[in-house]
Order: sequence, then structure tokens, then C-alpha cells
Amino acid sequence: MQAEIPPFERFYVEHRDEVLGYLRRLLGQRAEDAWQETFLRALRAYDRLQHARNLRSWVFTIATNVAMDELRVKPKPPVDEVPVTEIRRDAFRELEHLTGDLPPTERAAVVLRYGYDLPYAQIADALGSSEEAARAAASSGVRRLRRTHERHA
Amino acid sequence: MNVTPDLDHRFREAALREGLIDVRYDIVDSPVGELFVAATDRGLARISYFPDGMEETVARTFGVRVLRSPLDDVRRELDEYFEGKRRDFDLRLDLRVAPFHADVLAQLARVPYGQTETYGALAAKAGRPKAARAVGTVMNRNPIPIVLPCHRIVGANGSLTGYAGGLDVKLQLLQLEGAMLG
Repeated sequence: MQAEIPPFERFYVEHRDEVLGYLRRLLGQRAEDAWQETFLRALRAYDRLQHARNLRSWVFTIATNVAMDELRVKPKPPVDEVPVTEIRRDAFRELEHLTGDLPPTERAAVVLRYGYDLPYAQIADALGSSEEAARAAASSGVRRLRRTHERHA
Repeated sequence: MNVTPDLDHRFREAALREGLIDVRYDIVDSPVGELFVAATDRGLARISYFPDGMEETVARTFGVRVLRSPLDDVRRELDEYFEGKRRDFDLRLDLRVAPFHADVLAQLARVPYGQTETYGALAAKAGRPKAARAVGTVMNRNPIPIVLPCHRIVGANGSLTGYAGGLDVKLQLLQLEGAMLG
């Protein structure tokens, strides 16, 4: 049997804090307005949802779109040919404070991957890109974080 | 990163202002325990003695856009009722029930404060004198107890028979209203 779509209140209470955390990392002080807009957009679409799968990545997608609108960039990460760079989550924690300096799309990809543990397929949905492009954006972001980290070290 | 009460409040207000909510609800303290109360744009839709899982129940009937939000009018009228200061409710109701249920509940709404009526008599008033048992079912499924006073309906021999909130609550409500109990 398909899972029933939860009452909006449950969905909201479950995700409101992590979405705010995510938007803070993307937008800093401007996060609160974007957070409200995210849940209003979710609410406007909520009664048209067809199923209850991936509601978490769905709300991260909306949040990403709102943040990209706010930053006035198109969420199209550059696809480059450099081999994919992955790091472990504990390694990410050392670099986490530097994510604010990344270009918006890389920042979103890195934070969703390492901060919120979303699979690349769902990050691709959030960015409106291919899975390959999402991987490339996260990868490029990680390399940029490392370079910044080394400069500061 | 926790959402502050202020931010949370602003979101709930904005959602209501934009008319995005199918049904809003609140949990109200009362002398007979916590009550789940829910309302749509059309009026009070639900009161339940058992708040657990009621969000899902109202979502199935009224829509999934369910949001918790204070229902000040309902809370105030219930408070006044439990303080003995209110005999009738002035709330609009949103009843979504089958026609027979609607007929019976309309008659139920006219049973005066502090008086009791039998299942059979209520059935007769609804035009179905032999339907006492069916009226029992309607009482049992009453979506808005207290406001629609199914606690005033008793057995032919004056026994309390049953109540969704428990017989002790039925007795408590009748005593609050000063009903003469046989």
C-alpha cells in the first residue's frame, strides 16, 4: 500500500528546522524570508502531491530554488571533466565553515551532499540538473573548499 | 538550527492569510481533558476527546493542508460553557455527514441545555420513529460533541448508555448543565 501523504502540519514540523539550517548556509542572514517562502510554496503545491515519497528532497528542492532566486543565479552547475572528488563526512566538518564562500550552486550541492546526506539523484532534482552535473558541482565545491582551507592553514 | 516561535508564528499567519489551509486545529484544555478542535473556512468541523492521530483523520475528510493554529472563538465559547456561563453555542458548523445523520444532528442541536431526550424520541423528531438504534449510531459518530449535545441523549429507562468521551464525562456534562437525572 502506498504511504498516505501526511497532514501538512507533520511534514512542516519534521522539516522546518533542517530547511532553515540549509538556507542559513546558503543565504546567511537572508534565510528567514526564504524559509517562509519555501514552506508557502510547499503548501501551495501540497494538495496536488501524488505520493509521499521523497518529501524531504522535495522540500530541499523548493528551498534550493528559492535560494537561487534570491541569489539571482540559474542553478546550472558547470560540468567539467575533472575526476569526481568525494570526502568523508568527518572531513567535511573541518571544511564546513568555509561553504559560505562557494558559488551558490556548488554550495547547495556540497551542503546537500555532506550536510544533509542526500543522494546525488535527489540533489540533481533540487538543482534542476542531471545527476552528473550535481556530482560535478559537489566535487568542484569540495576541491574549492580544500584549496581555501590550505590557503588558510 | 531551530525555527524560533516568532518565525513559526509568522509562517502560520501567512499561510492562513493566503487561504492555503483546508483545516486548522488546536488542542484545548478543558475540565473533561484535552480536546482536539478543528475548523474549516465554513466553520467548526470537529471536536474529539482523543487528539492522537486526529490530524490524519481530518486530513482524510477535509484535505491534507492541515495546520495547527489557535481557534480563539471556539476556545472562548468552550471555556464559557465549562464555566457555566454559556448555554448555547454561536459557532458556524461545517458538517460533512450523510443526509440521515444531518437530519438527526439538526434535531439534536435543538435539545435544550440541561434537558435530556431519549434515542427513540430523537428518532421520532427526525421523522424515523423506529430508528432508535440508528440514532445511537449517529450519536456515536457525532463529529462535534459538546457543541452538538449528544450527551443529552439517554436510554428509554433514563440510563446514560454510552458516550465517546466516556460515561463519566457524559455525567459530568449533564451535572454541569444541572440536568435532572433519573
